[in-house]
Amino acid sequence: MEGMNVFAARLFPKDNRFVSGHRACQGCAEVLAVRLIHQILGRNTMVASATGCMEIISSSYPDTAWSIPWIHVAFENAAAVASGIEAGLQILMKKGRMPKRKINVVGMAGDGGTADIGIQALSGALERGHDMIYICYDNEAYMNTGVQRSSSTPYGASTTTSPAGKISIGQQTWKKNVTMIAAAHNIPYVATASPSYPFDLAEKVRKAAKVKGPAYLHVYSACPTGWRLDPKLAITIGRLAVQTGAFPLYEIENGKLKISVKTPKLRPLQDYTKPQGRFRHLDDATIAEIEKRLFEEYQKLERREGLIF
Amino acid sequence: MATQSAKPKWTELAVGTAITVPGSARQNRTGDWRSSRPIWNHEECIRCGVCVIFCPEGCIHFDQDQPGYPSADLEYCKGCGICAHECPTACITTQEEEE
Repeated sequence: MEGMNVFAARLFPKDNRFVSGHRACQGCAEVLAVRLIHQILGRNTMVASATGCMEIISSSYPDTAWSIPWIHVAFENAAAVASGIEAGLQILMKKGRMPKRKINVVGMAGDGGTADIGIQALSGALERGHDMIYICYDNEAYMNTGVQRSSSTPYGASTTTSPAGKISIGQQTWKKNVTMIAAAHNIPYVATASPSYPFDLAEKVRKAAKVKGPAYLHVYSACPTGWRLDPKLAITIGRLAVQTGAFPLYEIENGKLKISVKTPKLRPLQDYTKPQGRFRHLDDATIAEIEKRLFEEYQKLERREGLIF
Repeated sequence: MATQSAKPKWTELAVGTAITVPGSARQNRTGDWRSSRPIWNHEECIRCGVCVIFCPEGCIHFDQDQPGYPSADLEYCKGCGICAHECPTACITTQEEEE
C-alpha cells in the first residue's frame, strides 16, 4: 500500500444515489467513480447520460440503478441535453413554476461520447456557458461494444480495432487531450480526477458544482475487462497512472493551473504497463519512447503551473 | 437475475418507457456472480473505511452496532477483491465460494 491518501472515509457522504445491483463488471472503477461523484452531488441532481457502459449497466429495462432523475440520450448529445435541462430549469424557476433552488445538472459520457462523437455538442455547451457539470469517464476505448479504439486510447494499447501484431504496435496515435480542449473554452473550472484518489475527486466535484458556469471533469476509470487487468488491481492502476505521469491530476480554476497530486519524480512506466494485457506486447524501446513523451508532457504541466493562460 | 413474473404489455408501459421506480436495480442479486468472498479479520481491522469507499458495488457498509466493523452485503458483492487488495492492514482475505 503506497501513496495512501485516504484518511477519513467515515466522513464521506453516505447518501448513495447509485444503488447496488447494477450490472457492471467485477472491479469496474468507472462505476466506482459514478457512485462517489453522486454521493458528493447528492439528491438535487439531474443527469443526462450518453450511450456507453454506464448507460447499459445502470438502466437495463425495466430496472434502474439511479435514484435521481436520469435520462439516456444518444451518443453525441449528452452535453446538448444537459444544457437544455439547465436552460429549462432556469426558465421554470424564473416563471415561478417551481421553487428556486440549486439543482446540479450533470452531463456524463464515456471517452468515445466525449472525445470522438460528442465533442461538438460539448464544445457548444461549454461555449454557451450553461451552469452545468460535464463529466467524461475515460476508460480509454469503446468498452461497451467490445474494446474498439477511440481517440482517447493511449499510444501502444492493443484494442480490437488497433490489434497488436507483427506490423502494428497497437494504437498508433497519442491520446487526445480533451481536458485542454475544454480548458481552451475559457470555462471557470476544468479538472482531471481519479477514483483512486477519492478525496481529491470529492473536492473537485464540490468545486465543479459550486462554480457558476460550465465545469468539465475528466475522470480516469480503469476497465479491467478491456485493459485485460486483474479486477483487484483497478484502484492500484489508477494510482500508478498518476505516479507514472500517464494520467496526471490537475485542475484549471479560472485559467490557473494547479497540479493536485504532485509527483516530483515519475515512476518508471513499466510499473503501469506490466499488469495490463493491452500493453503486454510493447518492447523496452517503445516503452522508453512513451516514457519520454509522458515526461515531457508532465514537465509542460509543471511549467504551466500557477500561470494564467 | 431479474425476477419478472409477467412482462407488461406495450399499452401498460409508461410514456417513453420511463422507469418510474427509483433504484429498482436492487432486485438484481449480483452476488451470484461471485467466485470468492471477502472475510474480515476483526483483530487486525482498524475500521478505517478504505474498503467501504473503494467498493465498486457500494455494498460494503459499517455495521450499525458497536464497534462498527465493515462487512459486505453478499447479495450484491461480485467478489472483485479490491477491498482485500486495498486494505492497509491486509485484514481482508478472500475465500473461495463452495457450492
